[in-house]
Amino acid sequence: MDFDLMITSFPKLLGATVITLKLLSASLFFGLFLGLFFAILRLNKNIFINKFAYGYSYIFRGTPLLVQIFIIYFGLGQIEYLRTTFLWVILKEPYWCAIIAFTLNTGAYTSEILRSAFQTIKPGIIEAGKSLGISNKIIFYKIQIPIAIRQSLPAYGNEIILMMKGTSLASTVTLMDLTGVAKYIISTTFKPIEVFIVAGGIYLFMTFIIHNVIKYLEKKYSFQQ
Amino acid sequence: MELLAFGKTGWGDELFYATLMTIAVSITAMLVGFLFALIFTPLKLSKYKTLNLIGNFYTTVIRGVPELLVIYLFFFGGSGAIMYVASIFGYYEYIEINAFITGAMAIGIISGAYSTEVFRGAIQSIDKGQFEAAKVLGINKFGQFYKIILPQMLRLAIPNLSNVWQITLKDTSLISVTGLVEIMRQSYIAAGSTRDPLFFYSFAAVLYLLLTYMSMKLINKLEVRYSRGY
Repeated sequence: MDFDLMITSFPKLLGATVITLKLLSASLFFGLFLGLFFAILRLNKNIFINKFAYGYSYIFRGTPLLVQIFIIYFGLGQIEYLRTTFLWVILKEPYWCAIIAFTLNTGAYTSEILRSAFQTIKPGIIEAGKSLGISNKIIFYKIQIPIAIRQSLPAYGNEIILMMKGTSLASTVTLMDLTGVAKYIISTTFKPIEVFIVAGGIYLFMTFIIHNVIKYLEKKYSFQQ
Repeated sequence: MELLAFGKTGWGDELFYATLMTIAVSITAMLVGFLFALIFTPLKLSKYKTLNLIGNFYTTVIRGVPELLVIYLFFFGGSGAIMYVASIFGYYEYIEINAFITGAMAIGIISGAYSTEVFRGAIQSIDKGQFEAAKVLGINKFGQFYKIILPQMLRLAIPNLSNVWQITLKDTSLISVTGLVEIMRQSYIAAGSTRDPLFFYSFAAVLYLLLTYMSMKLINKLEVRYSRGY
């Protein structure tokens, strides 16, 4: 055990954690909206819209995240037309490519979580709202969405942790996130166990925090107060 | 389509073998995972606190740390660890471990953590009366487990194991960083030499979709088989 290496690598890894957290928060933020959007499409009665939303979530849940990042980072640059548009400003940056890939991926999972949450809402609650003369729009925003969010909290908590682990793939497109820096230190010092303990510890600490925050929220928004 | 031709002109046969490699690694990893689950599920269900702690430590650490980090640990640390063990027995030559074994072990340990959780959940949701009834009927421990608990447990575990299989299958794409030529690595090589990454990575995505689709169909059949009588 090389404790000196563990101590000296800790600040470097902690610095890289900032990038991991940035990637995570950005992709979760955009992914939540994307997921909500596709969950609503899934509930649409029009079969084409429905199938489109299903296809989106099927494709992104059925393929590895690594493929998705590679298609966006290496693949899209190949299209000549894209290089001439303003999109190229975003797509040439690995940072934004990673965020786009993560957003699309977490959006697919989130849409499934929210869809099942919407479907478990008891019809009686919506009927109660209707019989009180509340408009459909308000029923949706003030009754269905809050209940769906509460229902999906446990599953969404898991998704946040999965996404946090997913951000490690950013290191494959040259980003120096926590895993990227850990790999760099391992390949220069050839001390994988020490670095793994430190980097893994940081990841576990983040998992622990996310887990407890979700637990707290679950308790706070539970039905029996 | 020329790019996918079989033989020397295209990448069809290479990608076909790469797909077989992905399947082989996934199955090996899943089996390694079952082996780990077989060890750690009893630990998690044990009456003793220390054994519980060991079981919980395994599942918590593995499920809380990125797969890629675990793979790097095995990739860079694997041969070092083996060489250390070998040096105890007086063997000091350099030992290189096969990329397949490293990958299958790394993914296997990850998949094992998920399988352990699935088995634990399945065993815990079997009615207590079943264990008691088996005991009362005087069935020995072995028979209790294989004839009474296991069949009921499998019925409950299969839907969740199918998720574990999907996770394992997708995780094998990460082994490409160690140089094992599976779908992802082969696409990377093909994309590099033809300068057509969009096509090859999209084709890789299609291959993965096909694999997940076909395995879903197979698992659904198994599910029907094991839920006879319900």
